[in-house]
Amino acid sequence: MNTENNIKTLIVKKPLKLDCGKTINEFPIAYETYGSLNKKKDNAILVFHALTGDQFVTGLNPVTKKDGWWSYAVGPDKAIDTKKYFVICANVIGGCMGSFGPSHEDPNTGTAFGTNFPVITINDMVNAQYNLLDHFGIDKLFSIAGGSMGGMQVLQFISNFPDKAKTVIPIACTSSHSAQNIAFNELGRQAIAADSNWKNGNYSSEDTIPNKGLAVARMAAHITYLSKKGLQEKFGRKLQEREDLKFGFDADFQIESYLRYQGSVFVDRFDANSYLYITRAMDYFDLAKQFKGNLSDAFRATRAKFFIISFTSDWLYPTQENKDIVIALNSIGADVGFVEIESDKGHDSFLLDVPDFLNALKNFLDKSYIEN
Amino acid sequence: MKNEFQVIAELIEKDKKVLDVGCGDGTLMEFLKNNKKTNIRGLEISKNKVQECIAKGLTVIEGNAEKDLTQFPDKSFDYVVLSQTLQAFLNPELVINELLRVGKKAIVTIPNFGYWRIRLHLLLKGTMPITKTLPDEWYNTPNIHMCSIKDFFHFVKSRNIKIFKSLAINNQNASIINDSNLTIKNFFADLGIFLIEK
Repeated sequence: MNTENNIKTLIVKKPLKLDCGKTINEFPIAYETYGSLNKKKDNAILVFHALTGDQFVTGLNPVTKKDGWWSYAVGPDKAIDTKKYFVICANVIGGCMGSFGPSHEDPNTGTAFGTNFPVITINDMVNAQYNLLDHFGIDKLFSIAGGSMGGMQVLQFISNFPDKAKTVIPIACTSSHSAQNIAFNELGRQAIAADSNWKNGNYSSEDTIPNKGLAVARMAAHITYLSKKGLQEKFGRKLQEREDLKFGFDADFQIESYLRYQGSVFVDRFDANSYLYITRAMDYFDLAKQFKGNLSDAFRATRAKFFIISFTSDWLYPTQENKDIVIALNSIGADVGFVEIESDKGHDSFLLDVPDFLNALKNFLDKSYIEN
Repeated sequence: MKNEFQVIAELIEKDKKVLDVGCGDGTLMEFLKNNKKTNIRGLEISKNKVQECIAKGLTVIEGNAEKDLTQFPDKSFDYVVLSQTLQAFLNPELVINELLRVGKKAIVTIPNFGYWRIRLHLLLKGTMPITKTLPDEWYNTPNIHMCSIKDFFHFVKSRNIKIFKSLAINNQNASIINDSNLTIKNFFADLGIFLIEK
């Protein structure tokens, strides 16, 4: 949830017209930076977070007191080396870590927006974050990178601002949410809506928030981030602190206990309405549709160098969907590299210690920066 | 640097757009990038080799030439290079057609099965030939469609593919192959290099 401490905020003065038709004014974008911007201002990397991420990419997250979500990839001497690069990450609008979202107060009612918050899209998110370039006086980013929904933002960003990034790294993502993706998101949303505390989004006090619904949403989603093999190897049929089955509905199995834990810690840091809004934004994402069905047209204006990465065991955003982006880029002769990383850690691979992935990311960035 | 790669590089003018199909660890790509300022891309099936290319700063797509060439538009490269890989495909004819569709010109190199050492090996030993260019045993070789320089020469002619230049490589020496010396080159060269167009 939103804690004002330790959160840097840019108040965007320029009105932003959203895809839904509404316009927002004077809205906050919460962001964090790592490393330092050099004199030429040519070492900036804009990182985009995934569904439940935030601006705290690496190091200790001051709000949750846990490691940042991309601590394996970002930091001094890491793949995205903060000794070399200036890393910027913003909380998406619709989120709950300080950027304009449904938990903010609606000036018309004096209470939180809840579901009166406008429906936002991936396009709206990147248009909002674009203001950070002006804020830092950066004419052109060295790179934009992100996995999952972060990758979708990467694709949308370079489509909207074709000359604003030299290198483009969409990871484990898609150019269009599949029926299966939408189905899983809908499951999460319905779990929240089924919690009697949700009250059509008009919950406010701490003890009446839809914790149970949000936890179930997180549990279901968490399964989609892992692979069958990974789950089997980590948990199998191992029992949770007991010798035998208890013939009841407690968490007999370790996997049950693990999911319950994941659900319970998630509700402490995430807002249920934000979950609805952000999953909706992902479901609405269809980059080709914005270009009359021709995905290549989304990238026709850019001369950026693309590097697309997928993972063998990712069944949420499988290799083929990543390859479709490669194909769209090749068909217009764009500069695109692609690698599928061997990993049994599922969609979450991009967040974890997967050396082949981290090496590829580091090599691509560092070599591209030298040629820069 | 292999002599083969030097010969290939001599066939390519400066500042051209080149696709190296089956680019391996990127040795040829790196050479062309540095010496010919080519805008070069690679397609490689092995994940490890793709990683090596990325570490060299090369633009490579992980993929299978038999399936993944379809994504490139017609004549989108000035040159498409296929170095000593044709014999490993299930359907070499299809791959040749794809190379010629994607590239304005294609450079194909083949280990020559008509080379005298290979003939002698089979003649005297009666076992599948093993040489420097073909080091694998029959049971683990990736090479399932071997051909000789003569075979390839006849193949391209029968498909109305234009040969701009064909070179025989023997002991670091490259020499021109033509209709009149074909039988001799087919005997003495261990590698053939063909610059073709359709």
